[in-house]
Amino acid sequence: MKEEVLNKRFRRTRDAFRAATRVFRNPVTTFGALILVLLIATALFAPYIAPFPDQGRGLSNLEERLAPPSLRHPLGTDNLGRDILSRLIFGARISLKAALLVVSIVVLVGVPLGLIAGYIGGKVDEFIMRFADMILAFPSLLLAIAIVASLGPNLFNALIAISLPWWPWYTRLMRSQVVTVKESPFIESARAVGVSSVRIMLRHILPNCLSPIIVQATLDMGYIVLSIAALGFLGLGTQPPAADWGVMVSDGREFFLKQWWISTFSGGAIFLSVLGFNLVGDGIREAMDPKIRWRFQRN
Amino acid sequence: MVYLGPRAQPEQIAQVREKLGLDRPLLLQFGYYLRDLLRGDLGVSLRTHRPVLVGIIDHLPASLELMFTAILLAMLVGVPLGVISAKKENTAIDHFSRLLAVASTSLPSFWLAMIFQILFFRWLDLFPIGGRLDTVVGLIHPIEKITGFYLFDALITGNWSAFKDALMHLFLPAITLAAYSTGIITRMTRSTMLEVLREDYITTARSVGTSEVEILFVQALRNAIGPTLTAAGLCFAFMLTGTFFIELIFFWPGLGTYTTNAILLNDYPVIMGVTLLMAVFYVTVNLLVDLLIAVVDPRIRLG
Repeated sequence: MKEEVLNKRFRRTRDAFRAATRVFRNPVTTFGALILVLLIATALFAPYIAPFPDQGRGLSNLEERLAPPSLRHPLGTDNLGRDILSRLIFGARISLKAALLVVSIVVLVGVPLGLIAGYIGGKVDEFIMRFADMILAFPSLLLAIAIVASLGPNLFNALIAISLPWWPWYTRLMRSQVVTVKESPFIESARAVGVSSVRIMLRHILPNCLSPIIVQATLDMGYIVLSIAALGFLGLGTQPPAADWGVMVSDGREFFLKQWWISTFSGGAIFLSVLGFNLVGDGIREAMDPKIRWRFQRN
Repeated sequence: MVYLGPRAQPEQIAQVREKLGLDRPLLLQFGYYLRDLLRGDLGVSLRTHRPVLVGIIDHLPASLELMFTAILLAMLVGVPLGVISAKKENTAIDHFSRLLAVASTSLPSFWLAMIFQILFFRWLDLFPIGGRLDTVVGLIHPIEKITGFYLFDALITGNWSAFKDALMHLFLPAITLAAYSTGIITRMTRSTMLEVLREDYITTARSVGTSEVEILFVQALRNAIGPTLTAAGLCFAFMLTGTFFIELIFFWPGLGTYTTNAILLNDYPVIMGVTLLMAVFYVTVNLLVDLLIAVVDPRIRLG
């Protein structure tokens, strides 16, 4: 008996390992994963690796305003004399934290709604799905911009605004999963022995539908990082003195024809991290099913 | 505040409140908005005091010109790149084109725009930094306003110097806007081409000695272009928001500039009007693309 369990575990690990080798056989995907590992490490250890942690948090240093890249400031300083490298390192924290928050909100709203719509069906299903369709009729970033513009610009509102147009994708995905799983024999037998609907939904259907959701959430991270930066750039997201990459690009815009380093490096940070997420996401997608269509979102 | 400026008198404020219906209950105000909407009235901009619809119509051609050019560029680059990538599956060329495609979808457009400005304006001095037309050129060779598309208007009136200048101004914003769609189109073309190239009729074509170029770009592409067109259509619809950032940076007087100004000044009727109109545009484009696919691909029947 014990051996069997062990065997099963072994097989699972082996399968996961095989899947991973399939994904990372592609050198480009591996490159993306490398970027992500670096990004996460940067965010975790920001105070220890940033050369000027105080400036990273927002302390100004007016004696060294707009200094070009040098040994002391490898990426130069901004209009308040703050070390760009330190600001970028601290910015990684904000970006990752915000992206994780948005993904959690979106999953926590979208998945239960999809579960209910798919399981109960009928009028409830119709109502939820038509509402979702209605939101999907708007280009997502535009709707986000309109929402922050009316709620008032700050990071919290920006996160809400990005999540709001986004959850219907998960509701749709979840619903399509639930509808197929619902018909399987083991659900029927659960119902036959009198398991309550709520328990069937949570214990039997939900775990069987989660893997595509998790994959989708990974794929969406890049887009969300980009959206947060875009809102920040428009001045609708993070407010100073917090270090946000999008805000930094827009701060540098005033000077960028001469002091090019501020915007260039901040935008480069956004690009690299989004690239990391997208490369890994694309790799997973390719390995799972080359026919899965690219989803179109952004800007 | 936006409506009257900072020196408004209390009586004026009361007057405006009545005129705009702000003294009525919120639900009633929303009802009036919906009623006007059904009559095609999007309200009046608080800042310019002009109807929102007029503002949108004034600014739309500039954005559309940019978007059409961009989608054309994206198709011209993306489709061949996707075809080649599929032909050379899993070679260095394929990996490189994949990296390029994913990179182009990861670029923050506002950042790319600024990089292009530094590169092509400040360092190489090849293209203008922004705007639609040089002021001097605009004075000497004014473009007659027929459609609002500068390139088209200048072309049919034979206004060559203005045409050239407008083209130069269009170039940087257009390639910036095209970057994202190029990536999507490349990937889409590649994945459908991979499927089509495995089909029997391609083997047959090869065995009877059809040239490889004809097989790839005529026989296979014809069957693979459908999903690419869908993707291009969706990209085109998404460009409408993409232009926001690009117009802002290139001082392009289009819908994006109009809306960004409205956002900065809390000009709600404009924000609402533009959002609504874009949703309509978005749905319409999706519908048109579906219809187009049915025309291109005889396997799909409408009905």
